[in-house]
Amino acid sequence: MSKAPVEYLLHLADNAVVLGQRDAEWCGHGPILEEDLALANVSLDLIGQARLLYQLAAARMGNGATEDALAYFRDDKDFLNYTLVELPNHGALVGYAAADRDYATTIVRNFLYSALMVLVWDALQKSPDSDLAAIAAKSLKEARYHLHHAADWLVKFGDGTEESHARAQAALDHLFRYTEEFWTPSAVEDAAIASGAAVDVRTLRAAWDAIIADTLAEATLKRPEVRGYIPEGKHGRHSEHLSYLLGEMQGLARAHPGATW
Amino acid sequence: MSSTIEKVWATLEHLTDPEIPVVTLRELGILREVRETDAGIEVVITPTYSGCPAMGQIEDDVRASLDQAGIAARVITQLAPVWTTDWMSDEAKEKLRVYGIAPPHRTCGSGGDVSVVHFVRRVQAEPVACPRCGSIHTTVTSQYGSTACKALYKCLDCQEPFDYFKPY
Repeated sequence: MSKAPVEYLLHLADNAVVLGQRDAEWCGHGPILEEDLALANVSLDLIGQARLLYQLAAARMGNGATEDALAYFRDDKDFLNYTLVELPNHGALVGYAAADRDYATTIVRNFLYSALMVLVWDALQKSPDSDLAAIAAKSLKEARYHLHHAADWLVKFGDGTEESHARAQAALDHLFRYTEEFWTPSAVEDAAIASGAAVDVRTLRAAWDAIIADTLAEATLKRPEVRGYIPEGKHGRHSEHLSYLLGEMQGLARAHPGATW
Repeated sequence: MSSTIEKVWATLEHLTDPEIPVVTLRELGILREVRETDAGIEVVITPTYSGCPAMGQIEDDVRASLDQAGIAARVITQLAPVWTTDWMSDEAKEKLRVYGIAPPHRTCGSGGDVSVVHFVRRVQAEPVACPRCGSIHTTVTSQYGSTACKALYKCLDCQEPFDYFKPY
């Protein structure tokens, strides 16, 4: 039976845990109470998915590996997540972006990411790696609601007021280039594809484009032109933002290794 | 069914969901199976949402009940087949409604049967009925409610806000 390589499981898990951490930054700060709850719930789903994947990776690594060790005691260079998911909840500090938290940035990011993940999980639920397929089947159901939620708000923003439209477009212009990373496989993905247990993301591009086009049309937003820059987060080459994020996420566990409560 | 397995089911029958104390774990489809293996009795539970914070409590509740009844059994968490709200019994759905939570509609089949691409923005075909007055004149307030498994709705006739247990 073909099994997905451990690094591929970590790539999937790291994406989920890092975005889960970013979305959780809205906890107690949501623009409205309902969205505070929604983002906390999305975040819980993502962290839950990450846990399942880390548990599976740890079981396959053996040697005393645990989900906590994988989440809390690996350094930024070891994380294999997309750069997109580690960026702060605001855009470049020009134009319409607010320095603190910009909800349009969060919604656009969740939209771009979950539009990819519904396709990835849909493909992976048929993986011959039955453990990964089981996680994918669960995650797919959750990712669909994440996509639904993000697309709903993107349409409200885009097809809303002049201000909300401009901020949604600014967030889209800022984040869209980072999706280029999805389509260039890393060595980890190449090995996983060769194992037969993973999905070649390039085969999902047309379907992803269709979801994006569909929603952006309804939101009256313009798909930005991107070319040239391809981020390399999944190769372990990250923006500085990941280090700060991990500093916060891992600080407690590293200050008190082995602590339980 | 062997008498041992029957005894385990009977022991766990009273356990309810920590968030929704009117439905039992068995009715929700979380308590999946009790089986006898060479290694002894195994109780199989399955998580609802990946990050559902109630799962830890549910597992503890199952263990505690087994311990109290003096039954030596292993509790196994199994992901596949993936949990779906379709496993909820009609009785459980009625209990949810009486409790004030609109029960889930049936999903359109599991996993790959649903077109992923056109999932978004295709408005829900079936209206959600208000659990209090029964009106289908309702509107969604938020896709997420107090927990990931529920959405917030409002009845436009009796004006009551209510939770809808989302199809999963």
